[in-house]
Amino acid sequence: MKLTLKIWRQKGPEEKGKIVTYPIDNIDGDMSFLEMMDVLNVELVKKGESPVAFDHDCREGICGSCSMYIDGEAHGPDRGVTTCQLHMRKFKDGDTIYIEPWRAKAFPIIKDLVVDRSSFDRIMNAGGYISVNTSGNTIDANATPIPKEDADKAFEAATCIGCGACVASCKNASAMLFVSAKVSQLALLPQGQVEAKDRVLKMVEAMDEEGFGNCTNTGACEVECPKGISLENIARMNREYLKAMVKK
Amino acid sequence: MPILNSKIPEGSIDKKWSNHKSKIRLVNPANKRLIDVIVVGSGLAGGAASASLAELGYNVKTFCFQDSPRRAHSIAAQGGINAAKNYQGDGDSVYRLFYDTIKGGDYRSREANVHRLAEVSANIIDQCVAQGVPFAREYGGLLDNRSFGGVLVSRTFYAKGQTGQQLLLGAYSAMSRQIGKGKIKMYSRHEMLDLVIVDGKARGIIARNLVTGEIQKHSAHAVVLGSGGYGNVFFLSTNAMGSNVTAAWKTHIKGAFFSNPCFTQIHPTCIPVSGDHQSKLTLMSESLRNDGRIWVPKNMEDVLAIREGKLKPTEISAENRDYYLERRYPSFGNLVPRDVASRAAKERCDAGYGVNKTGEAVYLDFASAIERYGKEKAQVLNIDNPSEEEILSLGRKVIETKYGNLFQMYYKIVDDDPYYTPMQIYPAVHYTMGGLWVDYNLMSTIPGCFVAGEANFSDHGANRLGASALMQGLADGYFVLPYTIGDYLADDIRTGPISTDLPEFEKTANEVSENISKLMNIKGSKPVDYFHKRLGKVMWNNVGMARNAEGLNAAIDEIKIIREEFYDDVRIPGDANELNPELEKALRVADLIDLGQLMAIDALNRSESCGGHFREESQTEEGEALRDDENFTYVSAWEYTGDPSKPNHHKEDLVYENIKLVQRSYK
Ligand SMILES: Cc1cc2nc3c(=O)[nH]c(=O)nc-3n(C[C@H](O)[C@H](O)[C@H](O)COP(=O)(O)OP(=O)(O)OC[C@H]3O[C@@H](n4cnc5c(N)ncnc54)[C@H](O)[C@@H]3O)c2cc1C
Ligand code: SF4
Ligand code: FES
Repeated sequence: MKLTLKIWRQKGPEEKGKIVTYPIDNIDGDMSFLEMMDVLNVELVKKGESPVAFDHDCREGICGSCSMYIDGEAHGPDRGVTTCQLHMRKFKDGDTIYIEPWRAKAFPIIKDLVVDRSSFDRIMNAGGYISVNTSGNTIDANATPIPKEDADKAFEAATCIGCGACVASCKNASAMLFVSAKVSQLALLPQGQVEAKDRVLKMVEAMDEEGFGNCTNTGACEVECPKGISLENIARMNREYLKAMVKK
Repeated sequence: MPILNSKIPEGSIDKKWSNHKSKIRLVNPANKRLIDVIVVGSGLAGGAASASLAELGYNVKTFCFQDSPRRAHSIAAQGGINAAKNYQGDGDSVYRLFYDTIKGGDYRSREANVHRLAEVSANIIDQCVAQGVPFAREYGGLLDNRSFGGVLVSRTFYAKGQTGQQLLLGAYSAMSRQIGKGKIKMYSRHEMLDLVIVDGKARGIIARNLVTGEIQKHSAHAVVLGSGGYGNVFFLSTNAMGSNVTAAWKTHIKGAFFSNPCFTQIHPTCIPVSGDHQSKLTLMSESLRNDGRIWVPKNMEDVLAIREGKLKPTEISAENRDYYLERRYPSFGNLVPRDVASRAAKERCDAGYGVNKTGEAVYLDFASAIERYGKEKAQVLNIDNPSEEEILSLGRKVIETKYGNLFQMYYKIVDDDPYYTPMQIYPAVHYTMGGLWVDYNLMSTIPGCFVAGEANFSDHGANRLGASALMQGLADGYFVLPYTIGDYLADDIRTGPISTDLPEFEKTANEVSENISKLMNIKGSKPVDYFHKRLGKVMWNNVGMARNAEGLNAAIDEIKIIREEFYDDVRIPGDANELNPELEKALRVADLIDLGQLMAIDALNRSESCGGHFREESQTEEGEALRDDENFTYVSAWEYTGDPSKPNHHKEDLVYENIKLVQRSYK
């Protein structure tokens, strides 16, 4: 395949960025999108140009590092996958592909396609946990049976990889899907009940402080989420939030 | 010359850990506030250690090179975590887990450490559930288990195919809590590039801020490495792209012995290589061997027809298939340990029976399981005379609930639907049992430098059993290290803060900066990956699944040449004082090259076969690994001498008091 890549290049956080065009040839349908980027970068290095910086690590859709906005969609045109799991067979010979970073006030650009998502960590630090010490002095794991359905739902919510695609694809740059996934996971489990109210208040407050936008229920996040995190989680978080506000 | 003292406590095996714990010195809470600990790594080992140490009251600084601690490579673990809970009532016990692990490791691990691991395993599950880790459950609400290779009980806890993710997010949440309280200071996008030693003790690290390129000095009273394994020395592996050996290697150069570097695990079920562009390999979890059957065609005509696309695997009848694991190992069948399964796949493919174009693939087939589950489900749902299609569709649903994400992953990569046609798989590098030598307290040969998780050598001998790395990482981090480090730090309550103005910090930081300038200034013609791929090829061909003296000697020579050319001709664009992924790679590959050489030297020294280390010169008539207990019942520990090709060899003799050494058999 022969392709034309239009990639956002930005040298540093304070510099101005722009789209730069790179033609690329000999791309095989079995390559992953990031392997295609590797090919480009090897060529750039050989020419003495600076390669395109992008975040990646596991390359199997689980670490949540990769974060490319491809042809106007977070993680590109395929559904239920991250950028690293996207394969070139989804494109045709002669295609022009636009590649940009996540864009959101709470995710400032560091370089090229690399953004700073530490705001997600700070929301977690505010309350995304159960306050239990790790000493192992706790009750037997089977002492509290948990209905399979609840456990499964908690698991579904817990599969969020913290990639930020939900924020990038939301016109308001809201982080509701991400935050609600963690709130839901813990709200669905008996262990999480004790701090449920406190948790939701603190996490929502941290989210607002980080400069994420409001949720206006457009649902774009659910469509672009590579892990299929459901909007139900947002509804559950809203209920949790209201309960907590009432009791406050 | 330092002498290896494993510091194994006295007493019977089942009392060692509890006696040791009760005698170990403690640091009182007020004094813990005066003590700093650096933890390198936020995976299961580093993340768990950071959280536990902070809870105990120490001031913790944690480093990782990813943009968030939640992205450490542990996140990718799929299949499960072992624990001797015996919830299934199938005869499991601490002793059985201990025994299975020693046997699985082909009798090359330390009894006392492995027993401790088995003892604390059950508690890990309690801890994780308390943190909100959503393990799979049965309809009654209790925890579910599955089986992994090399054992005859069901002791593996899991969260679909994302067990590592869920456990790591548990550890990450415990860390988040401490970060929120200010007890952990987190340094994401920072990479440790050297260890600082003051008066013979580990007192800090030199790290590079990966965003700004700044070289920083960080001090502490002790340094814990939880920096993961070195499988990426093979270029292609199931490890994350960033996994590397630099933290461990630099520590080795500073005096920590490196143990059994040649013990590498080649995992039998990975997606085969598809072309030269390949950047990494994807694991298909071992849990799939619970339900998948491995086979190749019996007849060569069928193999050829398949390769030409004239025949589909589903068209080959049962009698014309060779379920070679079931044939060779009737009692363990598809659930033999990894090293055995990998070699058996290689044997069939070497004999010409590989089922893809490159001849390096075998089938992992779910058809029987789909049918079996479908029938069971139809019965449960009271469907009379279900049609074949109904049965299969019900069966596929059951398979989906068990392995849905793995099947999806396979489909996206290969573009072939494993619900309808068998998966193609082949062995790939997956895990490294070798690592920095540690004593019973997890301390390396450098006082004050502790090593946990995959980065140390301690528990898995020459072959790790499935679902035991997660267990070890969390055991080290939550339950072992937080105790044992106290014994060491008890001497430091009056030391006061360690100043980064000490000349040792200055000197080490300068060395790091000089090394970076040296690399940047080579300005050669080839990108880093060129050298990494070449190294990987040599390692895979000569230090991979089968090794012999001639090949190992050739590897040692070839790696020397790669090393010279690397320092002569590598090209790193950009500047050192900016985000520069090529520079990061160059620094890592430089260390992987030296490590590769040590692996070959170690493999050459060990002329026996054991576990994942298969020396062609040492095999039974049936082609199984043949150990030489008389000459090799020891741990190799290599000391750096300044010349990476001439390390000093030390040995820790392994003493088996509780388990009798026998030839491993899974027949
Ligand atoms: C695909 C896959 C599936 C697996 N599935 C299973 C399974 O089902 N069950 C099982 O038991 N095991 C499994 N394993 C093995 C297991 O996941 C690993 O052995 C284990 O997670 C290692 O944990 P760790 O904490 O030691 O290291 P890692 O999780 O690798 O963490 C290393 C940490 O160190 C940091 N680091 C490294 N070097 C530096 C440096 N120089 N400076 C700063 N930070 C640094 C990294 O940023 C990272 O945070 C699997 C492995 C793979 C590859
Ligand atoms: S909710 Fe989905 S899109 Fe958002 S961070 Fe989690 S996985 Fe990514
Ligand atoms: S690189 Fe890990 S999710 Fe894409």
